[in-house]
Amino acid sequence: MNTQQKWIAYYTILIKEILRFTRIWKQTILPPVITTSLYFVIFGNLIGPQIGNMDGHRYIDFIMPGLIMMTVITNAYANVVASFYGSKFQGNIAEMLVSPTPNWIILAGFVSGGVARGMTVGVAVTVVSLFFTHLQMQHFWVMVTIVILTAVLFSLAGLINAVYAKSFDDINIIPTFVLTPLTYLGGVFYSIAMLSPLWQKVSLLNPVLYMVNGFRYGILGVSDIPLWVSYGVIMAFILMLGGYSMYLLNKGTGIRS
Amino acid sequence: MTTALDIQGLRKTYHNGFTALKGIDLQVEQGDFFALLGANGAGKSTTIGIVSSLVNKTAGKVNIFGYDLDTQREQAKAQIGLVPQEFNFNMFEPVVEIVVNQGGYYGIPRQEAFVRAETLLKQLGLWEKAREQARNLSGGMKRRLMIARSLIHQPRLLILDEPTAGVDIEIRRSMWEFLRKLNAEGTTIILTTHYLEEAESLCRNIGIIDKGELIENTGMKQLLNRLDTESYVFDLASPLEHLPATSSNLCHCTLLDPTTLEVAFHKEHYSLNQVFSFLNQQSITVQSMRNKTNRLEQLFLELVEGNKA
Repeated sequence: MNTQQKWIAYYTILIKEILRFTRIWKQTILPPVITTSLYFVIFGNLIGPQIGNMDGHRYIDFIMPGLIMMTVITNAYANVVASFYGSKFQGNIAEMLVSPTPNWIILAGFVSGGVARGMTVGVAVTVVSLFFTHLQMQHFWVMVTIVILTAVLFSLAGLINAVYAKSFDDINIIPTFVLTPLTYLGGVFYSIAMLSPLWQKVSLLNPVLYMVNGFRYGILGVSDIPLWVSYGVIMAFILMLGGYSMYLLNKGTGIRS
Repeated sequence: MTTALDIQGLRKTYHNGFTALKGIDLQVEQGDFFALLGANGAGKSTTIGIVSSLVNKTAGKVNIFGYDLDTQREQAKAQIGLVPQEFNFNMFEPVVEIVVNQGGYYGIPRQEAFVRAETLLKQLGLWEKAREQARNLSGGMKRRLMIARSLIHQPRLLILDEPTAGVDIEIRRSMWEFLRKLNAEGTTIILTTHYLEEAESLCRNIGIIDKGELIENTGMKQLLNRLDTESYVFDLASPLEHLPATSSNLCHCTLLDPTTLEVAFHKEHYSLNQVFSFLNQQSITVQSMRNKTNRLEQLFLELVEGNKA
């Protein structure tokens, strides 16, 4: 395949993925928007004023970046894990496997689909947040790059989960028992400065902490973690998971007998 | 003549230790209409899976129009169109999108893919369903959709794994015509089927796989010529009271019921003309006749039984 043909193959997978999640928007876009709105109402408007300021910002302003990031993470992951596993389950992953489309294009297509859904829902949640607070955007490009890189990272994680999954139960275990705890304990609702020194150190093992804080720096200009460390951790995970995904696709794990 | 498919020493052992292919050598020439037959579990689908890159091989070489599947994978894959045994498209996608997307995976621009998809869907009688979700199609339509999808990139080698399974006779015949035309236009076709009448009607060459080994690879005519006995069933105009006596043990008559006579004869010693002369001498009037069994079916069973021994 020449470069143009590869671009067409990539674009085809991306369009297919975008059409898939927009066709079922009541399942993919609406629920996270409603859930996050409830967070804004309950934690931001009702409980928030009782808590007071955090890191020099109103509580609702403090949790807004974390809530957006939480939505992006869960949706990017959910899109790829559901779509890739669905393709395996129905057998239509074979449509790509029999074609000359290289594995890295297949990976890029699915990951871009995850990023597209993560960003779509992220933008929708951001728009909803404007009803409760105002968006500051202290460092616009930091905000944009951190959110995109995070979506890439969790799309890759979703693909690895889908490759190994043998049933629909398998695609729910990781989000429920790993992703949700990591996200909730990743500094979405609090600053780790509030924790004891021991738990601060334990929290540093949570990769989500670096993403939430990097994104919070982009919006509010405050972070528990130095910005370069956030970028470093995210990039390291992307390289690690990306490399492992390519290894699995080339080997044919879960998709070739 | 170019070899469309060249398989050398192909072996496959699955993770559970089951050896599905025990070193198969197979060549299919360009332009051929080739039947790959075998009982369930014989190794046909594994062979097709390896050729179409859906199954990893354990050993051996596969060349498709001269492209090595190991070292020139993209070029080799671009030559093949696959119609798998099971429905394997996204049931929730519209028909036309399934075909157009497949074109995209082969690098065909979307606009061009739409034009090709329209042509194919019209040829296969699916254009009216183009915007419907695939799950709403009947079984026969789903089979035709898989054929349309496999042809979007105009492959030089089309592999069909039981394409007419569960399809009614009318649609099956129309699919046969479509495939004949495609083959006449230059597409090499490999067909697996359990309908041996289908293989006999469509294919020029034949390979038979049994227990992971290729036990036969020859021309269809040559294979059928090996059958030394022909059996015909005659429907008679009036009931027979006695079985007609034959002069030789090379021809044998059986009265199935008073108006149905079965005649079996050795092809080397008898012709159908002689059988009719004999019936005339006996003043037996025949209203209609048919082959007792499909000839290829008979041979297939003999070969597979022979391999068991």
